[in-house]
Amino acid sequence: MRRTVGALLRKELLVELRTLESVPGMSLFAVTTFVVFHFALNRNVVEGDLAAGILWVTLLFAAILGVNRLFVADAEEGGFDGFLLAPVDRSAMLLAKALTLLIYLLVLELVAVPAFALLLLGPSLGHVLPGLVGVLALGDLGVAAIGTLVAALAVRTRARDLLGPLLALPLLVPIVIGGARASTPVLSMGHHAGPPSRWLLTLGLYDLVFGLIAYALFDFLLED
Amino acid sequence: MYGKGLRALSISTAAVMTAALGLVFFYAPLEAEQGFLQKIFYVHVPLAIVSLCGFVAGGIMAIQHLRTRDPAWDMRSYVAIHMSLIFGVGTLITGSIWAKGSWGHWWVWNEPTLVSFLIVFLLYATYQPLRFAIEDPERQARYASVFAITAGAFVPLNFIAVRMSTAYVHPRVLGATSNLPGPMALTFVVALAGIALLYTTLFRYELTAKHARAQLRALRRRLAGDDALVSVSRRGRSAAPTTLHPAAMMTARGAGRDGL
Amino acid sequence: MPALEVEGLARHYGERKALSGVSLSLQRGRTLVVFGPNGAGKTTLLRVLATLLRPQGGSVRVLGSRLPEESWAVRGRLGLLGHEPLLYRELTARENLRFHARLHGVADERVGELLELVAMDRRSREPLKTLSRGMVQRVALARAVLHDPELLLLDEPYANLDPAAVELVAPLIGVCSGRTRVICSHDPTGGLAEADLVLGLRAGRQVLLRPAADVARAEIAELYR
Repeated sequence: MRRTVGALLRKELLVELRTLESVPGMSLFAVTTFVVFHFALNRNVVEGDLAAGILWVTLLFAAILGVNRLFVADAEEGGFDGFLLAPVDRSAMLLAKALTLLIYLLVLELVAVPAFALLLLGPSLGHVLPGLVGVLALGDLGVAAIGTLVAALAVRTRARDLLGPLLALPLLVPIVIGGARASTPVLSMGHHAGPPSRWLLTLGLYDLVFGLIAYALFDFLLED
Repeated sequence: MYGKGLRALSISTAAVMTAALGLVFFYAPLEAEQGFLQKIFYVHVPLAIVSLCGFVAGGIMAIQHLRTRDPAWDMRSYVAIHMSLIFGVGTLITGSIWAKGSWGHWWVWNEPTLVSFLIVFLLYATYQPLRFAIEDPERQARYASVFAITAGAFVPLNFIAVRMSTAYVHPRVLGATSNLPGPMALTFVVALAGIALLYTTLFRYELTAKHARAQLRALRRRLAGDDALVSVSRRGRSAAPTTLHPAAMMTARGAGRDGL
Repeated sequence: MPALEVEGLARHYGERKALSGVSLSLQRGRTLVVFGPNGAGKTTLLRVLATLLRPQGGSVRVLGSRLPEESWAVRGRLGLLGHEPLLYRELTARENLRFHARLHGVADERVGELLELVAMDRRSREPLKTLSRGMVQRVALARAVLHDPELLLLDEPYANLDPAAVELVAPLIGVCSGRTRVICSHDPTGGLAEADLVLGLRAGRQVLLRPAADVARAEIAELYR
């Protein structure tokens, strides 16, 4: 299993490095969106719940870009059959794809969060980062699990670019809720509070439930 | 098999709904703050409850479909979700009317039930487009089941998340069903029973209609030969599943004996 | 024990019967050639045998394992070469084959061996999208036999290959490879020459099943009428 996931992951990252289809687009999209927000809201500096909202919405939409492209190469180049013919556990593909998406999200955040701090955020990056890291990590896990499931569901349909986001956004709303609520005290000026634990718990629970659901249902999407 | 008991079900539904209407208009007391408009609560909340239960039921039926591979379960799952969507529209409309009457706005964000319902509705609204976008009927049914299970699990979790996020400052206007006085509680329960029966009846009706249509297709196919294109006078394409198990095609003769 | 035992296989696409009532038995080391017009169900049959499609009626045993319950047991022992090369165009031949080698638990050295056998080792470090169809087909072939399968499932394998390449790959997928083979073919002469058993399909139905020696070219041409 580990060997299979390793092989799949290696292949994913190799293809991404060759084509640079997902990560640069996601990151650029995030930075541009921050600029758009500046003009749309007519604000130079944001903090508190406004900052949390802008950050999470931007990350969410950038993530959707990555989700859309997650299985496209496999669907178009017969990669599914190649994998399905191998004597391996099919859940390995779910794990590998989710890990891939997770890595994309981490790289996205490495670009987007400093950009956000630079362009719009009131409190300094050094102060918000410790609290933010945990929230982002939990949010990323949920997005990875749900994003992979939804991407697999949408990729072999006719309107895949449309259905992917339509399916993913409602399912990701609780993560946005949890992430934004947890980030709000972290991103506030003045006293530096940590993220409230009940929201971290909610995020964790959501991640766990949908991780398990994705694991249970993924095989049904691959087979014919 | 499908058509049995429809008449009894319809009659009892009509009876209970009439009783409920009677109770709502003549028995339940007028609520102090909101007056007559509050009575829409007896329609809105049962619609919401039945609709959500229908979504979750659709998810459970989808689990059965994936476990047994029997297309009949997929048909049931589709009809359950379809019905719940319709009842869901009713929920949103009645909720909106109530909000307008109580708060002066057509939509309020401080009512977590309504808000989480909107999100659930937006999710399930993609169910039919999803089915529509997959040509292969077997894969369509399988993918739809995966969706139904995921969405079914989402319903309670989403409700919890939204509930937690709603500011506790505003009093919950629409929600408080726990401490209803006697007459209101009775009216509510009867209204709930009426809506639940209505759902069940409509569910059975639609399932019977779809089953009949599928058998008609199967019979036409047997007459026309296997390669013929069979249509059963439907305008355009539909997202609904149209076939039962192919084994049913062989037993189309048998169905005549069972009696539809 | 026969390599293939198929009894009353049925597979439908919605209401249309893609395959119905297909029954055959193939001994190990033998070659079955399947003829039939487009849409007859040849590819469907191949995909069912490859465990990619579930049989929806009848019974199928491949290399002793029942499908679909025991598909997992037989997957590593068969090789499929279909219309799609099942390779990633952005990656090189070497990277593609290494990936499949890891999936199948095959040693990396084998990749180098096979690339030489199909005469692709000189261009093995270029992305597949820069190669011609014939070259990609050769790499796809290497992929299909990388894990030394007992059963080969080939869908018009010689389609994109020039005569020199056909000779080149003969030891891998030809009669002398010693493997059990199922080949879908549109070439009556060539197909018949390779076959031990001939299956003719039309509209999903089995219309012809006889040892190759008893089948005349004309009968195969009839199928396409």
